Amino acid sequence: MIIHHPILGPRDAQEFVYLGDASLIDRPDGMTAGVEAFHEYLYQRTNPAGEHQELWYHEQGDRSWLVITRNTVTHEITKVELARDVARSRGRSQ
Amino acid sequence: MTQSHRIAGGQIDRSKTLRFTFDGIPYQGHPGDTLASALLANGVRLMGRSFKYHRPRGPLSAGSEEPNALVELRTGGRQEPNTRATVAELFDGLEANSQNRWPSLRFDALSINDRLNTFFAAGFYYKTFMWPKAFWEKVYEPIIRRAAGLGSVSREEDPDAYDKGFLHCDLLVIGAGPAGLMAALTAGRAGKRVILADEDFALGGRLNAETLTVGGAAGGDWAAGVVAELATLANVRLMARTTVIGAFDHGIYGAVERVSDHLAVPVIGKPRQVLWRIYSKRAILAAGAIERPIAFENNDRPGIMLAGALRAYANRWGVKAGERVAVFTNNDDGLRTAADLKSKGVEVAAVIDGRDGAEVIDTSGRLGLKSIRVRHSNGRIEDIRVDALGVSGGWNPNVNIHSHHRSRPVWDAAIAGFVPGNDGPPGLVVAGAAAGFLSTHGALRTGRDAAIAALGLTGAAPDLPEAEDAPVCITPLWHVNHGKGRAWIDQQNDVTVKDVKLAKQENFTSVEHMKRYTTLGMATDQGKTGNVIGLAVMAELTGRSIPETGTTIYRPPYTPVAMGALAGRSRGKDFKPYRLTPSHHWATEQGAVFVEVGNWLRTQWVPKAGETEWRQSVDREVLATRKSVGICDVTTLGKIDIQGTDAGAFLDRVYANTFSTLAVGKCRYGLMLREDGIVYDDGTTARMGEHEYVMTTTTANAVTVFRHLEFCRQCLWPDMDVQLISTTEAWAQFSVAGPNARKLLEKLVDQDISDAAFPYMGAGNVTVCGGLRARLFRISFSGELAYEIAVPTRYGDALLREMLARGAEYEPIVYGTEALGVMRIEKGHVAGGELNGQSTALHMGLGKMVSKKKDSIGMVLSQREGLADPDGYRLVGVKPVDPNGRLTAGSHFLAIGAAPVAANDGGWLTSKVYSPHIGCDIALGYLKGGNAKIGSRMRAVNLVGGTDTEVEIVSPHFFDPDGERLRG
Repeated sequence: MIIHHPILGPRDAQEFVYLGDASLIDRPDGMTAGVEAFHEYLYQRTNPAGEHQELWYHEQGDRSWLVITRNTVTHEITKVELARDVARSRGRSQ
Repeated sequence: MTQSHRIAGGQIDRSKTLRFTFDGIPYQGHPGDTLASALLANGVRLMGRSFKYHRPRGPLSAGSEEPNALVELRTGGRQEPNTRATVAELFDGLEANSQNRWPSLRFDALSINDRLNTFFAAGFYYKTFMWPKAFWEKVYEPIIRRAAGLGSVSREEDPDAYDKGFLHCDLLVIGAGPAGLMAALTAGRAGKRVILADEDFALGGRLNAETLTVGGAAGGDWAAGVVAELATLANVRLMARTTVIGAFDHGIYGAVERVSDHLAVPVIGKPRQVLWRIYSKRAILAAGAIERPIAFENNDRPGIMLAGALRAYANRWGVKAGERVAVFTNNDDGLRTAADLKSKGVEVAAVIDGRDGAEVIDTSGRLGLKSIRVRHSNGRIEDIRVDALGVSGGWNPNVNIHSHHRSRPVWDAAIAGFVPGNDGPPGLVVAGAAAGFLSTHGALRTGRDAAIAALGLTGAAPDLPEAEDAPVCITPLWHVNHGKGRAWIDQQNDVTVKDVKLAKQENFTSVEHMKRYTTLGMATDQGKTGNVIGLAVMAELTGRSIPETGTTIYRPPYTPVAMGALAGRSRGKDFKPYRLTPSHHWATEQGAVFVEVGNWLRTQWVPKAGETEWRQSVDREVLATRKSVGICDVTTLGKIDIQGTDAGAFLDRVYANTFSTLAVGKCRYGLMLREDGIVYDDGTTARMGEHEYVMTTTTANAVTVFRHLEFCRQCLWPDMDVQLISTTEAWAQFSVAGPNARKLLEKLVDQDISDAAFPYMGAGNVTVCGGLRARLFRISFSGELAYEIAVPTRYGDALLREMLARGAEYEPIVYGTEALGVMRIEKGHVAGGELNGQSTALHMGLGKMVSKKKDSIGMVLSQREGLADPDGYRLVGVKPVDPNGRLTAGSHFLAIGAAPVAANDGGWLTSKVYSPHIGCDIALGYLKGGNAKIGSRMRAVNLVGGTDTEVEIVSPHFFDPDGERLRG
């Protein structure tokens, strides 16, 4: 696969490490959320046949974490974003 | 016998003679021959034995779809099994051997399987070899493996190199027949970067095998002319002997180039094969079509081949497959074979045209075809003496690569074949016969048009040369209904019409089930000739149409790929290169013994003269360290510099314990959890400045912890001001431990490091040896007064030698990972065996380190009921009651007198060493409710190793439990 890195352009997927569902960005606050919420966060995943947002890490590159929108059936990649930007857009800060 | 079957013409160089052997018998051929064409030229038809029934077989085809003529090429380390004789390019000195036969190809003892064929129908494995269960591994499988099989491997190392390479182009053209050549010419003349790849050593595809003309010239000559023009274009790369093996994601194609397979040995410096990764947004699949046979009784004898192959051998290689031939066809193309052979002076005894109702119903000739039995349309049965029969059941467009992204081909009744659907790999266009355009004109036209469309060309395109445009006149004929004998569909897997009937009878009617039940379409040829017939027969049996029955699809690779090509240079030590520590050269000089730790090669122990047994060295290293001073290379630990105004807050989030409160110039043990609450990693982290920390990780997790920290920083807390960089390779780091550790270091460190100036858990930047920058940490894994000192990596070797020289009066020793392990277990420190991915801080006796006053990764889920069970596993120390008793890591705890069954399992020993201080084996382990059991006795049982030792459960802190030594 070829991943169009928002900063570095097209890169071979071999340079990346795959983590999983981009919902891992949405970590609950440990001081307010309980075990149930963390259980949902850590273990519950949808497994779509189709568009999927997922986290990839450019380990053999600039160490960016990326959120990639990929079709799990065709492997078509329709969007690549810096995970930091996605996290901010979802309200994460410090 | 010298090339008795060679006839005039063909693309072989008769001015040169190549000598080769097959099963030890010498033969001759010419450049341009394949092994199959050369053997046929010498009158050799028998080339192999079939997989299951050991039936005598000759080549069915003249290409890579060959199911029968599989041979072993070359000898020794270069021996290669299961090579298709039909594509093996002949070279002088080639040694080839038949396979799957004993004692010889002509007299194969296991041909008894053929007589016993009723026992070996589809599914016979599943039905026959079921009971008794224990027989499978020891009796059935070894016998089956010996009896049914393909070639053998030499078990010698392959002496040749294999490479990997990367190519980029605007257009990849797969196949250099008329469609591919026209596409490449169109794109090449337009200045586009073109790669034209073909598996054959001669470009031109089917044009080389036909007598048809293109633009008034012989087809082969036209192809040679186009190839010559393409060779002059700098933007075109011609890749003969190159098989495109798969269409992968996003315009990436795999290809294997056989650089040296046509040579006795590779040219010095050249690889045998190259695995190319070709990046091209646009590709044209012009892979042609593959002829299929017709199933009739005993249709697998040597001498029976595809009609197109029969004429390819005559036209391209100047070989007549027999003295007297017949053709059995259901379409016009088969008639070409009869015409071509006749024009070459070969006697054509009969043309049996299924469209007229005539059929071949049986054949004879045990080791090669002697006669065919024909049932004419009027019902008359006639035996005709022939020694070669060309069979054409029509042509299947070669859709293989087009279906690599799961595109299902669609049925085209006009040609009675599957053509590519419209949902193939993005950017891949199909042209020529592969797209169902089976005439030469159709190939040329669609090849040109595909290039124009794929690249959006607007300029003048090459003119189309004049060529035949004959329609496909075909009446489907899949199998001949006659008799009770076997009619082969898939010759490689010995699958017959009967097997498909049996599959239907047992309700394996879906094509996927049929494939797995009968093995139709498996093995090296992947059903290139047999698949469509198999499903057509199933369609007929079930009363469904072929489109309703459906088809299996192809996966990469298109043809088998040598393991060497996939491995490339990654073999032997290059598969996983060692990382060497800064002390490696010194340790090598000392004759140290090394151990692999991940990619690292670490010193395990350093034997002294006279030490014959490893324990002598390890015990000495432990005792000398605890007595005076020992040095250990700990460079392999991960090191991460963490800086920024939020560095402390960040560490509080990623560590279970608190770091923001750590004073500058101090370090602290840190415990890192996974989000699920299990302990992930540990290490010491020092605060070097207000906003500057240095973290260490375990050797094993150096890479993944860094990845995890970047995840936390970028994805969870994107606005924290914190920066990370891995400095594992930047610093050489040594542990200096023992009562004289400070005295030794004082001889090198330029600053005051007295206990007052540099107390326990102190950390700071210092200089050594008169100005070299260094980092010093007063931390201890061994339990001794100890430091870790780091210098830039290139000074590591010098630092070690300086420490040993300047500190000589303290008789320092260098210790390895074994002594390191002994000392950490004597102190009850956890390491790999305890950080096993299943254990929490509570299990390790470190529960209080998990701060609930702040959010940190894993804090919440570490409190889950199951993990916080007060009677759960706890880290304990273990000693044998009898000091001579032996412990083994992995032993399980059992109560005295309890039966060794899972229900009584109390936990397990995680790490075990011999302690020279305690004077016996000691171990750490996880024991259920362990804290309450300290002081009690249990058994450590290892059923695998056969040990059962009574043990005392003790505190994990065997040595200096109050830590007086490390504060000294």
